[in-house]
Amino acid sequence: MDNSNLFNYLLMLGDNSMILGHRLSELCGHGPTLETDIALTNISLDLFGQVRSYFQYAAKIQGGDSSEDKIAFLRYENQYRNVLLVEQANDDLAHVFTRQFLFDSFHKLLLEELKESKDEQIQAIAIKSLKEVDYHLRFSSQWMRRLGDGTEESHARMQAALNHLYPFVEEFFRMTEVEKSMMEEGIGADLAKIREIYYTNIHQVIVEATLQLPETKPRQAEGKIGRHSEQLGFILSDFQYMQRAYPNMAW
Amino acid sequence: MQEGEIHIDKEIKEILYGVTDPEIPVLSVLDMGIIRAVQVEERKVDIKITPTYSGCPAMDTIATDIKFALEGKGFETTIELILAPAWTTDWITMEGRRKLEEYGIAAPLETSLDKRALIDGERIVQCTHCGSKNTEVKSQFGSTACKALFQCKDCLEPFDYFKCLK
Repeated sequence: MDNSNLFNYLLMLGDNSMILGHRLSELCGHGPTLETDIALTNISLDLFGQVRSYFQYAAKIQGGDSSEDKIAFLRYENQYRNVLLVEQANDDLAHVFTRQFLFDSFHKLLLEELKESKDEQIQAIAIKSLKEVDYHLRFSSQWMRRLGDGTEESHARMQAALNHLYPFVEEFFRMTEVEKSMMEEGIGADLAKIREIYYTNIHQVIVEATLQLPETKPRQAEGKIGRHSEQLGFILSDFQYMQRAYPNMAW
Repeated sequence: MQEGEIHIDKEIKEILYGVTDPEIPVLSVLDMGIIRAVQVEERKVDIKITPTYSGCPAMDTIATDIKFALEGKGFETTIELILAPAWTTDWITMEGRRKLEEYGIAAPLETSLDKRALIDGERIVQCTHCGSKNTEVKSQFGSTACKALFQCKDCLEPFDYFKCLK
């Protein structure tokens, strides 16, 4: 049986969590307050936990000497399948919270769909992860409101971050061949189904945060087929350093 | 028998009571409810464990500790990590909840109360130092993934609260 679609689908699911998790880990020790620092790194840890589940499963499918570490660390840039939103930089805290909010809102809906997946392992990971992502979304939504409806400075920064990041979200819903085939097999999520709910949900929080919905058109973005922004190269040079410098090193 | 409780061979049970969570050393793996199945055949043991949170960094250590403890008593041990059904704080035993409180971590409330405490900031979590409910959430995320940070407004001491997970 050819499992390459399932394998690639797992990479898509895992890479989003992994690259965002890495971005958050960059903030470890640099949060504005201890509580925020701990919260962001806790979220990162949850995301990496989910990645391990996806990649352990992917390694099993790939067989041979495949392993979660090899899948995580030893691919080339164009083999990573995350959406472009998650690789965008931690320009300021407004960008960090806005990126998180836009992703969490999608992540929750996606996992709710995957709870019904015919693939038992994906279903189990989704049910488990959903409990964690509930907390993530509550946290990021609160900060959207707090900073959006905060001071003149925080409001301006949140608006700038939203203007920058909002055009990336449509990429979530552009289905690739892999996603279509997984959906047809009852394994993957039907993204068209959650698109409207997603926009309704985020618009509500954006309004509550007294922010303006950007009028910019969606960006061209094809991260899911391996076409990335220059940001990913910088991430990978950090991320892959140990495995490239000391091949096969283990903790 | 409490919900989520499983049958375990007596000898194995005693050994497992000696294996504790490295982050919360007063709780054994049985108190935590993360042991999901134990099969014993002669001197061979198969154990299924489930993580509390996906990214819980203690899981690998816990698995190794269980293996060492059982192999130290002459049991050949295999450990499998399972994800379904997903762990819930309901599986922490009554004994476990008592130990948590004694250790200084407030035990999880029911889902709706938990939300009221964490989201709406209602003062309902009992301080583990002085027993007052005049307490305030300081951070929804605490020193580990499973905890939130509170402060008592009466005795002013900070304390951890084990978040409800269902």
